[in-house]
Formats: sequence, C-alpha cells, structure tokens
Amino acid sequence: MPTYLGMPSFPTAARTAVADSQLRANLTHATHAIRAKRAGAVAELSDWEELRQAAKAIKDHTLAHLDTYLLRLEANVTRAGGHVHWASGADEANAIVSRLVRDAGANGVVKVKSMATQETGLNEALAADGITALETDLAELIVQLGHDRPSHILVPAIHRNRAEIREIFRRQMPGVPAGLTDDPSALAAAARAHLRQAFLSAQVGVSGANFAIAETGSLVVVESEGNGRMCVTLPRTLISVVGIEKILPSWRDLEVFLALLPRSSTAERMNPYTSTWTGITPGDGPENFHLVLLDNGRTSALADQTGRQALRCIRCSACLNVCPVYERTGGHAYGSPYPGPIGAIISPLLRGVTSPADASLPYASTLCGACYEVCPVAINIPEALVHLRAKVVDAKREKNFSAERAVFSLSGRVLRSPRLLAAAQRAAAVSGRLVARSGRIRRLPPPLSGWTETRDAPAPPPESFRAWWSRTRGGRS
Amino acid sequence: MRIGLFVTCLTDTLFPDTGKAVVTVLERLGHQVDFPAGQACCGQMHFNTGYRREAVPMARGFVTAFGGFEAVVTPSASCASMVREYYPALAAEAGDPGLARAVAEVAPRTHELSEFLADVLGVTDVGGYFPHRVTYHPSCHSLRMLKVGDAPLRLLRAVRGLDLADLPDAEACCGFGGTFAVKNPDVSAAICADKVTAVRRSGAEVLCAADNSCLMHIGGALDRQRSGVAVMHLAEILARTDGQSR
Repeated sequence: MPTYLGMPSFPTAARTAVADSQLRANLTHATHAIRAKRAGAVAELSDWEELRQAAKAIKDHTLAHLDTYLLRLEANVTRAGGHVHWASGADEANAIVSRLVRDAGANGVVKVKSMATQETGLNEALAADGITALETDLAELIVQLGHDRPSHILVPAIHRNRAEIREIFRRQMPGVPAGLTDDPSALAAAARAHLRQAFLSAQVGVSGANFAIAETGSLVVVESEGNGRMCVTLPRTLISVVGIEKILPSWRDLEVFLALLPRSSTAERMNPYTSTWTGITPGDGPENFHLVLLDNGRTSALADQTGRQALRCIRCSACLNVCPVYERTGGHAYGSPYPGPIGAIISPLLRGVTSPADASLPYASTLCGACYEVCPVAINIPEALVHLRAKVVDAKREKNFSAERAVFSLSGRVLRSPRLLAAAQRAAAVSGRLVARSGRIRRLPPPLSGWTETRDAPAPPPESFRAWWSRTRGGRS
Repeated sequence: MRIGLFVTCLTDTLFPDTGKAVVTVLERLGHQVDFPAGQACCGQMHFNTGYRREAVPMARGFVTAFGGFEAVVTPSASCASMVREYYPALAAEAGDPGLARAVAEVAPRTHELSEFLADVLGVTDVGGYFPHRVTYHPSCHSLRMLKVGDAPLRLLRAVRGLDLADLPDAEACCGFGGTFAVKNPDVSAAICADKVTAVRRSGAEVLCAADNSCLMHIGGALDRQRSGVAVMHLAEILARTDGQSR
C-alpha cells in the first residue's frame, strides 16, 4: 500500500485526530446516524444470525478451496471472452493495468470506487506513467479533488462536512457553477455535470468487484450512485482489479451476501445499483475485458490460522461505524485504506508487523467487541487482534532489550506468585500512603503518566483482600 | 455450595471492599466461601497485550488453586471471560494436555458474580438495602463476551430503596481496554469523556458496574472532575443493608 508509507504509529496519529474538534463532530454525527439505521435494517430480518453463519460457512469453504475456485473462475472468464492476469503484489498489478491502458491507446481512465486499487496505490502509479485516473464515486471524487486520503471504507469523505466539500469543489473542480451552495443536492448536481463528459468520452474503465462468481466467471459490483454502472458499460475496455478472496462458488451463494451487505453498510434493504457482467457480449458493453487477480499478502494471511478469518471481510464497514476508537480518531490515523477494527487486523495481516505503524495497529482497540457483534461474516476481530499482538511481541523477542518486555516479564513473575503479589501489595500500600491525597493519586510516573493526565488513580488501601482474609479467617483455607 | 472466590489481582490489591462484599452476599445466601491462597492473577493483561507465553504459568496457577470447587465466583466479567473464553486456546497453544484437561474442568464452572447469582443460583433478591439513585454501566466483557444480559439489572432492581437511573448510550465502551488506556491515552480519555458525560446526565449519585477495571477508569475521570458521583462495584451495593453509599 505505497500511498501510506511513512505514517506515524497509531497513538501519535490518533493524538492529532482526537484534538481536531471539527473532525470529532463530523465523525460522531455520521457514525451515530448510520449505527442506528443499521440496527433497524438488521432487526427487520428474523434470520439474521442464520444468514451470518451461512456467509461465514460459504467464505470459509471457499477460502479452504481457493485454488480450485480461482482456476474455475479463470477458465470461465476466459471462456466468456475475458482475459485473466495474476498479480502477486501491488506493483505488479499496477504495471499490468498501466500496460493495458496503453495498449488500449488511452491516457486516462474512469474509475468505480474500489478498495483493491486504493490498496495498490493504482492512481499514483498510473499518474507516474502519464495516465489520469478519475474517481467517479462522489465521495472518492471529493477525496481526489481535495488531494486527500479516504478515511472510511464506504464513506471515504466521512471526515468532511458539506461546507468543506463546497470549498473543495470551488477550488478544484473545472467548470464549477458560480454561486455553488453547500446544499447537498447542489453539490451532487455539480459533481454529475463534471463527471458526465468523462463517462461519455472515456476509453477505459477501471473497477474492483464485491464478488466474483466462479461457476460462470461473472463479476458483481454493488453501489449506490450509478457511476459504477456507467464505468462498467460505457468504455470500450474494462479492467477489474479484484482480490483473490472476493470469490464465491455460485450464484446461490451470492443471495446470502446480497441480503447481508446493503443492510450492514448503508442500512438499506437493497442497494440502488447491482451490476453484473460475464466476459464480453458483442454489441453490448465493453469490447475488451481484463480481470486482474490480486494477491498482495492474501496468501500469507490465509496461512495464518487465526488471522485468515479476516479474508471473509466483504468491506461493509459496519465495524468502523460502531467502533469507539474509530469514532474518536477517524480513518487517517490507521495509515491504510483499511481503517477501523477491520483495518487494525487486515493491514498487519497483509503487510506484516515489522514497521512501527503496522505493529501499533493491533493495539488500536479497547477489545470491546462491538465490531464482532455487528460483523455480517462473523469475523472475531478481538480474537484476531490479541493474536496479532502476540505476533508483534514475538517478533521483537529476538531483538535486544525492550522496556515494555522487561515490565511484562517482571510483572508476570509477580502476578503468578501469591507470595510475591502479597509482598508487592504491602509495598504498594506504603508507597500509596506517601503519594495519595484523600485516597486518590493525581500524578504517576511514566508509563502510567498517560493515565493520570486525565484521570485520578486509586491509592492502594492499607490492607489487601488477601491480607484481610488471612487476618480474619486465616485458619479456613 | 462450596464456592471458591477468585478475587482477581486488581480487586485484591486496590479494591478489597469488593471482595469482602462478595463474601458477605454469598454467605448471606447460605453458601460456604473459600479463598484459596494459591490464587494470583488470571493473566488477562499479559494475554491481551501479546505476552501469551507469560500468561501460561498464570493459567496453571489458576486451575491449580481452583480445582475441586463446585463453583468459582469472581467479581469481574473481564477476568471470568479470560478464563472461560481464552484459557482453552491458551492451553492448546502451550501444548500442555494436563493444563487443557484442568481448564476443561474448571473453566465452565467459573462465573462472574451477577450471572452466578441470577442464572446459576436463580436468585435476584439478595436482601440488599441501598436507598440511592444508581446507574449501571454494562462493561463490554460482561455484555459481549460473557453475555450476562440483564442479570445485573435484575439484581439491582431487587435492592430495596434503590432508584435505578437509565444510562444514556449505556452499551458504549468506557475506553479502558486494559493496556489500551496507557498505550493510547488520548483516545482512551476521549472515549471516557463521553461516558462521564452520560453518567452525569443520568443524574445518578452512584455509578455501578460488574468490573472494577472500568470503574477505576470512569471513576478516575469523575474524581478528576470533582463530579461528586461515586463508583461502586455491584457486589458492594448488593452487600449493603445499612443504607450508606460509601
């Protein structure tokens, strides 16, 4: 994910975000609104839990037989007149797309909103090759015009309010109407006018896919605005970049996911536009279709027995909207196109835990479990988070001295020994009396100073429970 | 019933009154409570921070201390969920069949206090008297890991004199998260600030929960603001018969 290299670790990035009161207000408003709507949409289905378990089972089965289904998909895409390309990493995928655009004789593409191409940094790679990529999803367009980064999987411009969007349009959109207001319908109309010409003249469309159906070699894109429908039908050449985990065996399987995805993401019973296509059809739609299948860390995630459940993700973003951490920090602090709870596990699974930013992500959670509760494919995100934390710790064990490891090693020895724990409690009672005022401690030294910046700490009592029990009932156990 | 009290390292060290209250309530109901002195920490902090290897001896200590009890009761949903939800995986990972067998025996009999009272014993009126306005914060691990449901609320509603106030957005996390509060202090404090606002809006004199860890966190912020709102563990409210709030 080349766009995001050099990001600071999560706590540092989060500190800036938490201090931005406009951002906090935008996020609180947006996440609370969608949270309540989603709960309502889900409550309408009496068999939600069964659907969720079915989706989990379908994805787990597919991932366990990924080799079979990928080859089946390739065969059926090829039979339908499409071309399949395999990309092991981001650079390879970008190079394939760039070459295909050149081969089509074009120097620009129109894009459907796609997480896979955010992940590979396709727009930047194409720009380096002199190819212009135009984002046609309204929120992605806002992000692109603002020279910004997406901060939410579904609502990439969730960190912007309409006044900020109006300013971005006025400064960056060619031919923006004079006197543009911040009325949402006026903003949408301006974007429509801006995009219409591009749709009609584009030679190449680039998309991702929500699902790839192996039995027929078909792709499925689920969207709200209709821009995706334009991109996959109007240009002569269509290139779809799709992660290898997006595959489903059959159309019957899709039914389950089309019930789960819209309700989880936009809180709709059904999304406005669902486009599906199979290879090429003479006289109808693109004349050339290319499918780029992207690995980019997915097979190493698949090899991780606990982490592999993250590959079930259908990018609905329900976990972001309920996360207490995401609500306060927004998406940029996660240093990846995948923010929030799912990002805190997906990014380290795809990229490893060697960089300080990736090593900090599994700790960007209170482990409250709200994400797991709403996940439509039952990804146990807290379980994956603590699993990845162990990976972070174990990766550092071979290295030299670490203050944190020393603290945990020592505290581990104390906390497993009743004798040492009792001794520590006696010492704490004495030192607590020295620093506390009326039973509270107002300042502690590092690493606990972060606690007492905003919270008092309790002073240790003169007698622990253990000491009280032994004094009053000592003979009994 | 012969019950082993797992007091937890946090309550043992910082909140001994909670442990005494659990003893009071269980003995009032006619049960025999033992405190096996071999107990220490369940290892959750180490496990959740990534120090799984260091947590294994703590799991061994726990099953050794509590083997043979009919039930193990603890005033922490968080520690109970560590034992019930994560000990089996930890034992498997450690490649220790003896530990796995001991966990399979002890873990299912380990209960958080409110689920033990309401669901195992089937008691909701434990004879408490507490004439104060109280609001209840359902801690994340009680709600979403142990799924204790409304057991704590049923117990509180049966306390004579108690006026139970609704907590706005009650199911939201308080931002504690164990080492999260220290590793991400800014985000933790921002989450806590909203919980504190909700507590103050409830108009309660006392904030109650089934975990002293969350109460230490929210209470620390309430005290820093000199809010005048006290925090009390559920066990301490259930144990009261004298009407005092502290």
